[in-house]
Amino acid sequence: MTKRRLIQAINDALVEEMTRDERVILFGEDVEISLFGDTRGLAQRFGPARIRNTPICEALITGMALGAAAAGHRVVAHMMFANFTYTGFDSIANQASKLRYMTGGQARLPVTYVAAYGGGRSIAAHHSDTPYPLLMNLGGIRIAVPSTPEDAKGLMKACIRSDSPSFFLEAGGRGGEMGEVPEGDFVTPWGQAAVRRTGGDVTLVAIGSMVKLAMAAADVLCNEHGIHAEVIDPRTLVPLDEACILTSVEKTGRLVLVDESRDRCSAASHIAAIVSDKAFSWLRAPIKRVTVPDVAMPYAPNLERLVMPSVERIVGTVKSLSDKRL
Amino acid sequence: MTPLHHATMPPASASEILVMYERMLLIRRVEERLGADFKAGHLIAGVHLYSGQEAVGVGVCQHLGTDDWIASNHRGHGHFLAKGGDVRAMMAEIHAKVTGVCRGMGGTMHVADLGKGILGANGIVGGGISLICGAAFSQSLQGRGSVSVAFFGDGASTQGVMSEALNLSALWKLPMIFVCENNLFSEFSRSDTVVAGRIVDRAAAYGVPGVQVDGNDLDAVWEVAGQAVRRARTGDGPTFIEAFTYRMAGHVEAETGFLQGAQYRSSDEVTAWAERDPIRRCAERLVQRGQASPEQLAFIEERVAAQVADAVQFALDSPPPSPEQALKFMFA
Repeated sequence: MTKRRLIQAINDALVEEMTRDERVILFGEDVEISLFGDTRGLAQRFGPARIRNTPICEALITGMALGAAAAGHRVVAHMMFANFTYTGFDSIANQASKLRYMTGGQARLPVTYVAAYGGGRSIAAHHSDTPYPLLMNLGGIRIAVPSTPEDAKGLMKACIRSDSPSFFLEAGGRGGEMGEVPEGDFVTPWGQAAVRRTGGDVTLVAIGSMVKLAMAAADVLCNEHGIHAEVIDPRTLVPLDEACILTSVEKTGRLVLVDESRDRCSAASHIAAIVSDKAFSWLRAPIKRVTVPDVAMPYAPNLERLVMPSVERIVGTVKSLSDKRL
Repeated sequence: MTPLHHATMPPASASEILVMYERMLLIRRVEERLGADFKAGHLIAGVHLYSGQEAVGVGVCQHLGTDDWIASNHRGHGHFLAKGGDVRAMMAEIHAKVTGVCRGMGGTMHVADLGKGILGANGIVGGGISLICGAAFSQSLQGRGSVSVAFFGDGASTQGVMSEALNLSALWKLPMIFVCENNLFSEFSRSDTVVAGRIVDRAAAYGVPGVQVDGNDLDAVWEVAGQAVRRARTGDGPTFIEAFTYRMAGHVEAETGFLQGAQYRSSDEVTAWAERDPIRRCAERLVQRGQASPEQLAFIEERVAAQVADAVQFALDSPPPSPEQALKFMFA
């Protein structure tokens, strides 16, 4: 094991995959200089045939990635901020998610769209969206949302080696977080959640950067309230490890979902629907969602803190269940 | 408009013109049969027919091989057949059969055969342009001299992605050919009411050579396409071809139903364009030049008729997809 920052782990994965397979190419806006650091140094190492700055033209980038993949490359298309995928959404919603199905299984499309998502940095609503609910609804897109440097590396490799289009969503501004990363080549499996902490009183399912908050909340619940929370990190939303979540709910009877997307049709509401459908008889309390209210992300830091999920809100939500039902 | 600087190509050989003639005729007879079958209630969905535009697809694709890619639009049957797609598999696809080229999952607006370099017809106007730009980028990196062609209409020329692709393909000198089939209508709107200026002039703004051509003249299309393909193969970058043509059928075969008598073009206009029928012009030239006899052409006509009848019968005899197929193919 070595200590790596999350953004370094992504960079390591890109270097290793580009070294391992010369068909891997990467393009996007300012990827050569790299705003976030995830693609830094790749241009010097691999040259313009493998990594290249594009003009600012998201509608073209998202479709080009698919065409280049169909013609034989394995493509990483860096979209920078997740909001910018909306400008290029035609090729994601109409082509990437559907081409394989519409061609009767002909299309093999190894494309990884990389984007930074989420709020918390006062960069307001055009740079802070969490788009995985939209992507989940498209059907044909795999979605990886890593919370640790280890999974960031393993899931980036899983995306690049996938023959289906995938989104690799990195939590914006949290690339500096440190963690242990195993030595050597490893791939994080699709659809396999990680149980980050075990507990018997309540299940917390937290997505991406929310895992850190859920873990902190679990500490508070344990130390101050004697409530033992189990924390589950789905790691990939499509496919979703339903079995892991259902098994935990069978044990705890309570479920709180922590998701930084807007509440309406969020990943949290989707998971809540699955659990109420398949595990209703095990539930001892209503399923609760800690999400962002249905607003655009505010700029003012005090308001942004208010709408983003927080340790306090998670603790309060769990306590509201436990106070009544424990 | 930036002129093409290549020397005039030697004219196509008689045998090559006959191959193109037969392919144009196949497209026409397929489309006529589909139009008739739709009107008779034998098709499950409206079809966008390529009749009248055959010289563009065929004249361009004659220069392409299996390693070259094309992307097409909603009016895609002609491009599919021009690039060597199988007529049986296309007909079965249109009839939603499991033997269809996309196993009945895509249908008339989405015929695709990736093994033959056909990235597919596309229901999104302009949707194929970005895909083919990516294929061209991949080809430029592979360095084998393959090229990519985007077929789109005057309607797609107003989509932003066309300008984005002109910019990037020019900058990166991609082996890409833009083929804008200007059939004078964006769906039901006359192009001069929705398109400003000359479409070909967009190319000049990016330093991309652009050429206008009579899209109903097979010889002319074949020549400019040949020059564009040669430019692309030798690494000189993209070319933009604006081919003037006309769709002899409407936008979609279902339109008489939903337009309820509303007119968007005159019968005089349709008649005038029928005078410029690309297939008849080609046939007349073949005979005038002594490159084919009327008997030879009649023989080709018979062969094509048999091929169309066989394709339709194949489609009708094929089974629909199994229910399990509804949940397949989303992921590799």
